[in-house]
Amino acid sequence: MSSNALKTRTPPVRRRMTQQRAEGWRGWLFASPTALIVVVLFIVPLVLVFQMSASDWPLLGGNQGVNVPENFVDAVNNRFFWNAVGFTLLYTVVTTVILLVLALGLALLVQESTRWKGFLRTAILIPSALGLASASLLFYVLYSPIAGPFSDLMADWGFTFLGTPEGALWSTVFLIVWRYAGFYMLLMMVGLQAVPEEVYEAARIDGASRWQTFRSVTIPLLKPTLAMTMVLCITGSLLAFEQFYILTKGGPDNSTITVVQLIYSVAFQGPNNLGVAAALSVIVLVALVVINIFQIRVFNDKEPT
Amino acid sequence: MSTITRPAPAEPASEPAPGAALHRPAPPRRRRRSRIGVAAARTPFWVLTGGLAIVFLYPLIWAGVSSFAPLAGTNQTDGWGFGNYITLANYQAGIWTYIGNSLFVSILTVTLTLVTSLLGGYAFARFRFPGKNILFLATLAILMVPYASLLIPMYVLLNLVGLSNSLVGVALVLTMLQLPFSTFLMRVSFEAVPKELDEAAMVDGCSRFSALRRVLLPAVKPGLITVGLFAFLASWNDFLAPLILINDSDKMTLPLAISNLRGQVQGVVDYGATEAGVVVLALPCILLFLVLQRHYVRGFLSGAFKG
Repeated sequence: MSSNALKTRTPPVRRRMTQQRAEGWRGWLFASPTALIVVVLFIVPLVLVFQMSASDWPLLGGNQGVNVPENFVDAVNNRFFWNAVGFTLLYTVVTTVILLVLALGLALLVQESTRWKGFLRTAILIPSALGLASASLLFYVLYSPIAGPFSDLMADWGFTFLGTPEGALWSTVFLIVWRYAGFYMLLMMVGLQAVPEEVYEAARIDGASRWQTFRSVTIPLLKPTLAMTMVLCITGSLLAFEQFYILTKGGPDNSTITVVQLIYSVAFQGPNNLGVAAALSVIVLVALVVINIFQIRVFNDKEPT
Repeated sequence: MSTITRPAPAEPASEPAPGAALHRPAPPRRRRRSRIGVAAARTPFWVLTGGLAIVFLYPLIWAGVSSFAPLAGTNQTDGWGFGNYITLANYQAGIWTYIGNSLFVSILTVTLTLVTSLLGGYAFARFRFPGKNILFLATLAILMVPYASLLIPMYVLLNLVGLSNSLVGVALVLTMLQLPFSTFLMRVSFEAVPKELDEAAMVDGCSRFSALRRVLLPAVKPGLITVGLFAFLASWNDFLAPLILINDSDKMTLPLAISNLRGQVQGVVDYGATEAGVVVLALPCILLFLVLQRHYVRGFLSGAFKG
């Protein structure tokens, strides 16, 4: 109930209390589907993952009792654990830097409303409509030494996209940049839109060059957007799965196993150990929360008041 | 940050071109140089932007074209034709089963997301109830928790309630994942509608529910379209949830089936059929995106990605 209606009618205190209670009850009624989904499909699994991480829990056997800290010891001692952590971090840094720099550049390039730039904007955005799995399958064929458009070139020059660890990493990064550039470009454009025209006007009057304007006006005013896109991009990259599952299957020589792939394989491909997989999930969860809080802190400190 | 979180516009008809809200007007062209001089100076620009357009469009066009092209080791060896699509259609349970499964998951997810976020957004925008802020924050917290971390317990939980190996289970998981974005967007959409509108309706004798149905629903329709579009794109394309939650091959969704199809023909990858599968997967998404582009852009303007 809006305070407005309360003021105009000025009901007696008793009636107002019952009205507020009825109001709250009705609010809960409308919010109940949301509450149901949040509790049953989010809070309960969240609690369960912590319980599982502390339990001996084979895929088919169910809960076999407490198994802590063995699960976490097993998780960290998994022979791929440190490789997966290292590779995931490397992939995250590479992807985030390239994607955000490119997205900002593209946003600056296409933000004016001409016909050609409108077309370009749409062209860059279309890949964002594809699923990550579809895009990965598409590039799986595109990179193929047999069926891909570069197969002759690959045979002549003797290279492959996915055959070496470096090639596999960069080929995947290219796929991800292709798929997500439009998404981040759009977020950057929203941020650029928030910079008032007068600020640029003032910089122009002061005789600032383009580069000076960009460095001293655009970047500082874009900081909230940069922070948000960075959090999104880092979170997404740390959780990379589909692109590697489909494109490289973790190869060559297990060089492109990510942390989420490790969770999947511990749970369902071989060890079938849900307890250790849950322990890995908890490690990822805690790491991500810490990283995100850290990022938000850093950006908030630097932000001019 | 305030302009990013600007409320979604309630009236879509006023938006001219897709994404028009975002661009700056082109600066007035300088008239100093001759026309040829201008053209020459613009050459790097045309090369750069033309190159970009090619890089972003080429893979899609190539996928479309090559799915009809002849290729050794596929069903389409001599001349152009539909051989790859025939392989795809006859794969295991048949393409229609997988399309049907994907449609079932998508439609259920979109419906659940729309209903939940419509009612939830209304509650968060218009009511004061105890625990409101906690519930809203808990909904947004879904974004903070890695999807993959939840899937392991989700697998156990859905087994427990008899929804293992079930497409309904997949749709429930996907609905939960859509909830932060859609609830935020619907709350913002409702908040953009003046309160006087539903108050007037209630003075006229509407109940809260009928005020929502008759007066507010048309006003928040653009928000609903955006929510539905994102929910469809996410559920039609999702790979991880069905990968973990579905066991039977005839219950697989399309992305999963096409990913599996690659290695099925005597260990040799059928690239042609894979490409045909990519086309079937991508085409509905691209068409929907092109038709609803301005609704897609609204999802970004609302600030729902702010996290």
